[in-house]
Amino acid sequence: MKVSGPAVKFGKNVDTDVILPGKYLVLVDPYDLAKHALEGLDPDFPNKAKKGVIIVGGKNFGCGSSREQAPLALKYSGVKCVVAETFARIFFRNAINIGLPVIECKGISATVDDGDELTVDFEAGTVQNLSKGKNFQVAKLPPFILEILADGGLIENLRRRKKK
Amino acid sequence: MNITEKILAKASGKTTVQPGEIVDANVDMVMIHDLTGPLAVEAFKKIGTEKVWNNQKVVVILDHQIPAESIKAAELHKTMRQFAKDQKLRIYDVGRGGVCHQVMPEQGHVVPGTVIVGADSHTCTYGAFGAFATGIGSTEAAAVMATGKIWLKVPEAIRINVNGKFGKYVTPKDLVLNIIGKLGVDGAIYKSTEFTGRTIREMSIAGRMTICNMAVEMGAKNGIVEPDATTRKFLQNRVDTLPDLEALGSDKDATYEQTVEFNVAELEPQVACPSSVDNVKPVTEVGDVPIEQAFIGSCTNGRIEDLRLAAQIMKGKKVKDGVRALVIPASMEVYKQALAEGLTDIFTDAGAMVCGPACGPCLGGHIGLLAAGETCVSTSNRNFIGRMGSKEASVYLASPATVAASAVTGKITDPRTLETKQ
Repeated sequence: MKVSGPAVKFGKNVDTDVILPGKYLVLVDPYDLAKHALEGLDPDFPNKAKKGVIIVGGKNFGCGSSREQAPLALKYSGVKCVVAETFARIFFRNAINIGLPVIECKGISATVDDGDELTVDFEAGTVQNLSKGKNFQVAKLPPFILEILADGGLIENLRRRKKK
Repeated sequence: MNITEKILAKASGKTTVQPGEIVDANVDMVMIHDLTGPLAVEAFKKIGTEKVWNNQKVVVILDHQIPAESIKAAELHKTMRQFAKDQKLRIYDVGRGGVCHQVMPEQGHVVPGTVIVGADSHTCTYGAFGAFATGIGSTEAAAVMATGKIWLKVPEAIRINVNGKFGKYVTPKDLVLNIIGKLGVDGAIYKSTEFTGRTIREMSIAGRMTICNMAVEMGAKNGIVEPDATTRKFLQNRVDTLPDLEALGSDKDATYEQTVEFNVAELEPQVACPSSVDNVKPVTEVGDVPIEQAFIGSCTNGRIEDLRLAAQIMKGKKVKDGVRALVIPASMEVYKQALAEGLTDIFTDAGAMVCGPACGPCLGGHIGLLAAGETCVSTSNRNFIGRMGSKEASVYLASPATVAASAVTGKITDPRTLETKQ
């Protein structure tokens, strides 16, 4: 699985309240959630994400609440993947479970600027910054997690395994 | 093995586990609420499994947007009631329960030594009873409801050893804010935090819950306290059978990634300033911060012990003009106890508003939201940008004593400086 797109960069400790403020948790349509993606930091983000982007975060990306609406809002706004120094663990699991690829990459935030073209190869465990000519080798996700992502999320994965 | 490793080994049918190992654990209890539950129900239906794996092990609690604050919330509640009815699940509806993390142990759904997952990040609260408890998302909750299992990476553990006696008006909340200030909001990311030491042993269940509740604010997978006589006393009339609590504790040769020492003897009341939970200062160094709202409640500090402390400070005093004070007991049990003890009279006589058990303004979804430029001092657990309403509002986190004192003076105040009537 490979994902490519321009980077949109954020800082450290991006919390789920800025990714999707609590007042929108009553919304059920993921496209409605997407209209408010990252509203706490950049109200124009949904417009920027439309074309398909890769978010680059600092450490502890997605800290705070367990709301799955946060990764859902990102996914449906057009985010193809989140690359961060580290993730908050519930966000990390939620993203995988809803089929939003996420990967840890130490040192990424210092070497990426907004708009840099990135390619993430999940099987190879590489993150490439094509604009800057920099490559990172990262820890690969375990095979069963790659399988969940390839299926498009945990529910699809369970359904497929049930059919077997 | 430490207590967390012991629980995860048992839950996955192993005699021993190592940090970093991925285990497939049997789940003893799963909790969903009105904001994470509807997505879980939708996901559960998509899996195509008709019935939950065990209807005695799934609990539904309505607490975030109750009573329904909008038609949308009412629809979500309706979804949850129908699911509970169809699946024959225990549901705590409006006026029957309260904040999920208070209701779960009060109603006997938390047993020491078990694995509990909840579709809420503060599920780690139940570590106060010696359970392995962690927050998950809605889709994962659906998968657990279908299979009764979850994959978990056995976490590295940080031992947080606490000694010393608390000074007057210094509380477990001040301790946990101090710990988070020192370790940072990612200081325990992916890890277990085990609280040990004489201070923890002498601490009430309420205090242990406050500390374990905020473990997630350091990124921790779980917070945990070895169960003891205090745990037994709280749970004995609430759960059917208690396991051998002594056998559950960490082994003498248990390993930890690190041990961090704290002493509360000289600790001052602490305040987490905007907009990060680790931006912590002693109240004496916070400076002049006028407030518009004071909130006493939440899964962190809405227990009877917290209300007693706040009432002790507010008794015979008035909430400062220009400040609105909200007191929200964490559960119906706490609410009734507060009524019986006359605490609600103290609050209402002071000009505070006592609301029905619910999450309240903590997550900015319902009552008590903040306008741009306003400041709230709160006993809750998060002060992120926009957490309680406007992005231009500020939230300071503190103990019930500090929040009560601040409500009276109209600015963030050291509770030790106020004259109090006994």
